Amino acid sequence: MRVGVLALQGGVDEHLDALARAGGQAVPVRTPVELEGVAALVIPGGESTTVMKLLARIGLIEPIVARVAAGMPLWGTCMGAIVAARDVAGLAQPTLGVLDVTVRRNAFGRQNESAEVPIDIPALGIERFPAVFIRAPWIERTGPGVEVLARRGERIVMVRQGNVLATAFHPELSADTRIHRFFVDATEASRAVPGKRSDAA
Amino acid sequence: METGTATVKRGLAQMLKGGVIMDVVTPEQAVVAQEAGAVAVMALERIPADIRAAGGVARMSNLELIGRIMDAVTIPVMAKVRIGHVAEAQVLQQIGIDYIDESEVLTPADDRYHVDKEAFTTPFVCGARDLGEALRRIAEGAAMIRSKGEAGSGNIVEAVRHIRAISDAIAELRVAPKEELVVRARDLGAPLELVRQVAHEGRLPVVLFCAGGVSTPADAALMMQLGAEGIFVGSGIFKSKNPAAFARAIVDATTHFRDPKVVVEACRSLGAAEAMPGIDVRTLDETQLMATRGT
Repeated sequence: MRVGVLALQGGVDEHLDALARAGGQAVPVRTPVELEGVAALVIPGGESTTVMKLLARIGLIEPIVARVAAGMPLWGTCMGAIVAARDVAGLAQPTLGVLDVTVRRNAFGRQNESAEVPIDIPALGIERFPAVFIRAPWIERTGPGVEVLARRGERIVMVRQGNVLATAFHPELSADTRIHRFFVDATEASRAVPGKRSDAA
Repeated sequence: METGTATVKRGLAQMLKGGVIMDVVTPEQAVVAQEAGAVAVMALERIPADIRAAGGVARMSNLELIGRIMDAVTIPVMAKVRIGHVAEAQVLQQIGIDYIDESEVLTPADDRYHVDKEAFTTPFVCGARDLGEALRRIAEGAAMIRSKGEAGSGNIVEAVRHIRAISDAIAELRVAPKEELVVRARDLGAPLELVRQVAHEGRLPVVLFCAGGVSTPADAALMMQLGAEGIFVGSGIFKSKNPAAFARAIVDATTHFRDPKVVVEACRSLGAAEAMPGIDVRTLDETQLMATRGT
């Protein structure tokens, strides 16, 4: 059961390491062919404007959207959450649009406001997760069917909609692998459900 | 809530990996860079080739210009301070710059000491020619290292020399017997604790980019193959004949450095547009070299 990490730009190795530590088998994904070989996909932190351009140039947008529609688990962290979102507040920035939320980029501020903040994720039974926020977005609007999993103060920083998970922070930058383990388990569960298509585009 | 920790300072550099950071001197150039896929821009009054040509003393850039560049783009903005100029660094932190480059491209303010970078919330990137220099900067609190190269030369040879020096020294430490590490730390002029960490992990504890001389897509692909985790391009883009095309081609070659087919496409996309003029570094005398500033 291989979990892919989109490896165009950003914190790729950190996710590969964290997924391995969480008991998963993780591989980088750079092309449509490599996408076919994975059961789930993590979109890491990085620069969203850069990665959307690179996704378009390599022809990965449609294959990812089709796989997600067919049930493939997808997890976006920070930039990955922006890339997955329906739209970006105040910016006409292209996205994959597979998660019915509006995100606001750099919402917590510039780099000087980047911070480590413990957060609780009750739905996953996780307390005091050491969340690392770097020029982080927050989620400003959630559509129907989007479940809020965690907040930092009033602000939404983690959501789930069916097979799509998004965090505004970087679990791959802390030693805590609880969220990675949850995603590896969710990937295995998605393959175990009879009749659920998750391996074909 | 904790700001300015090593994790968040090093973390931003980790999010820039695999990307290209471009020198820009106007908000318009910053937009061109962002459109081409740059992961960050370096806000400057003059690019290194022009600093080299102008001579005299090069200082931190005009704050109003840096502010307009910060307003023009959504990607992180970096700016340079002179080596050891703690007050310039305080000013840049105060205006909310995302990363401070304590840079040999500007005229050094202190010929003995660098800034105490641990005292800052804003992360720092510093240049290095070898592993000892890299580890001294990390010990001072640098959250990212770039190999120095020779800025504004359009010549990749120094960048290759420096990234190889760092990689080779790391490779030697990895296989060095434990009892040698104290002496090796002394020879490197670096703290033993960091030397032990590098020997154990086989890599720097912070992200390593390459800088100083990248002027074509193939240069970028070369440096990535030699172990750089990303690329700084100074004069190579806006001193070329077609900056938008060069910017995009260098981004593509950096992303797909393992795939010569993509690098070919990146090179072809430039058409007949010429790269920046280059300088044979051996023709520069000691006073014209930037890489030897700050050790």
